[in-house]
Amino acid sequence: MAGPMNEAPLVEMRALTKHFGRPPMLVHAVENVSFSVNRGEVVGLVGESGSGKSTIGRLILRAIDVTSGSIVFDGTPIEAMSQRALRPLRRRMQMVFQDPYASLNPRLRVSDIIGEAIDAHGLARGAARAARIAELLNIVGLEAGHAGRFPHEFSGGQRQRIGIARALAVEPDLIIADEPVSALDVSVQAQVLNLLQDLRLRFGMAMLFISHDLDVIRLICDRIVVLYLGRIMEIGPAESVCGSPAHPYTQALLAAVPRPDPDRPRIRRMLHGEIPSPLSPPSGCVFRTRCPYALEACASAVPPLRDLGDGRVIACVRDDIEFDVPV
Amino acid sequence: MQRSPTRLFLERLFRRRLVLIAALILLVVVVLAVFAPLIAPYSPTGMRVTQRLRPPSFTNWFGTDEFGRDVLSRVIYGGRASLGIGLAVVVASMVAGTALGLFAGYFRVLDAPVMRLVDAMMSLPDILLAIFLVAVLGGSAGNVVLALAVVYTPRVTRVVRSSTLVVRELPFVEAARTLGVSTWRIMTVHILLNVASPVLVQATFIFAYAVLAEAGLSFLGVGVPPEIPTWGTMIAAGQNYADRSMWVVLFPGLAIVLAALSLQVLGDGLRDMLDPKLRKSL
Repeated sequence: MAGPMNEAPLVEMRALTKHFGRPPMLVHAVENVSFSVNRGEVVGLVGESGSGKSTIGRLILRAIDVTSGSIVFDGTPIEAMSQRALRPLRRRMQMVFQDPYASLNPRLRVSDIIGEAIDAHGLARGAARAARIAELLNIVGLEAGHAGRFPHEFSGGQRQRIGIARALAVEPDLIIADEPVSALDVSVQAQVLNLLQDLRLRFGMAMLFISHDLDVIRLICDRIVVLYLGRIMEIGPAESVCGSPAHPYTQALLAAVPRPDPDRPRIRRMLHGEIPSPLSPPSGCVFRTRCPYALEACASAVPPLRDLGDGRVIACVRDDIEFDVPV
Repeated sequence: MQRSPTRLFLERLFRRRLVLIAALILLVVVVLAVFAPLIAPYSPTGMRVTQRLRPPSFTNWFGTDEFGRDVLSRVIYGGRASLGIGLAVVVASMVAGTALGLFAGYFRVLDAPVMRLVDAMMSLPDILLAIFLVAVLGGSAGNVVLALAVVYTPRVTRVVRSSTLVVRELPFVEAARTLGVSTWRIMTVHILLNVASPVLVQATFIFAYAVLAEAGLSFLGVGVPPEIPTWGTMIAAGQNYADRSMWVVLFPGLAIVLAALSLQVLGDGLRDMLDPKLRKSL
C-alpha cells in the first residue's frame, strides 16, 4: 500500500529527540529517531512500555515540544511552529487515544464531543453540522440517535468508536492511533481493528499505529518501526520484519508472542531482566545489556542504521546471526 | 433514557436522609426569604410602643422586640438580607476564585504569583480580615459583601487551581488541543465543567460561613447598619434585652444555626459523594 518511492512522505521525522527533565534526572525518551509515513500508508510503531512510542505520537501532534530534530509534515517543518500557526495543520492530523474513558469529556454529549472538531475548523453549522455528526456516527458503526447521550452510557468499544468519529470529523490525512485497542476486551479489539481497517480503505488516510502488540501491528500495518529505549532497532515491511526479523530485539519480541500451538518449538526467555532506565541508557547499542548476541564492540559505539535492501534498515552491527523464528 | 450526569448526581445525593432533610430546610428558608412580603404577618419595621417585648403568643408567634416589632416577621425579612448577602458573597467569590484558579492552574507562569497572594490572604484570620476591610470601606450591605467575597475568594482559588492542575493533564484536554480547539474554549468548557463539582461543594460551605460571618460582623457593629433587619443586626440589637426577653435573640439565632447547619450538611453530602473512596459505601 506504500506510495511510489519518488513521492514525498506525508510526515517525516529527522533525528527526532525528546528529553524530559534536566540532569541528573534527564530522561532520554526519544533519541535520534528518523522515519517517515507515506500517504495512505499504515506504519506500526512497536516497542515495550517506556520505549518512547507514545512520545513520538505526541511529538508529531505537537502536544509536547521536541528537544531537537525536525518533523516535516507534507513538506512543512512543524517542530518550531507556534500553536496558532499549527491550527490549520491540525485539521490534517488527528489522534485516537488509548484510554476510551479518559479521552472523552464526561460532561459533554456525544454530539458536542464530535461537534467540537467540526466547530474548531468551521466545517459545518446548524443542520449540516447535525447531519455530519449523524453521518460520522454511522461511519463508525454507531447510531445517529446516540448523539444526545453522554460517554458514560457507552461501553469501552463504543467510546473508542466515538473517539474515532471525532478524529474523522476533520477528514485528516494522518491518524495517530496510540494503542487504540489495548484497553479493550479481545473480542471488542477485533471489531475496532476491523473498523480502522475499513476506514483506512474507505478514506485512504495514513496511519501511525502505536502498539506493543505485534499481532495487532502485523495485521494492520504496511511497515513496522521497532523501538527500544527511544531508539530505532529495525524498520521494514510488516511481512519481512515479522517473518524474518533481522534485529535481535525484534526476534526477541516475536519469540515472546504466545502462540496457540503446542507443537511449536519453544524459544523461551530470550530476554532477561528489565528494560534499562531511560535516565542512564547503556552506552553504545542500548540493547546490548539484554542482547544474547552482544559483542564487546557494541558498548563503544551506537550502531548506525544499516540498509539491508528490501526496504529494511536495522541498527545492529552483527550480520552473521541466523535467526530461527517459527511463524 | 437520556439521564444526564446532573440528574444521576442529584439522585445519588438525596439517597442520604440527612442531606435530604437539610436540603428541605434550606428550601423552606429560601422560600420564606423570597416570598417574605406575602408570608410575614406584620411589617418588619412597624413599631407598636404599647406592645414592647411581648413573649411569644398567638398574635406574635416569636414575640415582639424592644420597639414592639414582630420578631417572626423580622426573622423572615432578616433571612432575606442574610441569605441575600450570603448568596452575593458566594457568587462573587465563586466568580473571582474560579477565574483566578483557572488561570493559575492552566498557565504555569501565573501559578506562583497568584498562589502566593492567595497564601498571604489565607494566613489572616477570616473575621479579622473582614473587620479590617469593612472598617476601611465603611459599613453597608454592599461593603460587607465585598469584604466577605475578598475573604473567601482564596479558598475557591485553591480548590479550582488544584482541580485544574489535574484536569488539564487528562487525555480529553489533549484531544481538544490536538483538534485545534481554542484555549478559551478548553478552559471554559473542558476544564470548568470538570472542576465544577468540588467548587459546588465549596460554594455551600462558603454560603454557610458567609451567613455566620455577616451575623458576626453585624453583631460587632461593623456590618450591616442596624436599621436593616438581618439575623445579625437583630441579635446585636437584642443582646441588651436577652436576659429578660430571650426570644428577641433566640429566634434569629436559631435561624442562623438552621441555615448554616443545613448548608454544612448539604456541603458534606456533596463532598462525600464526590470522594470516590466514600462513594462506594453510599
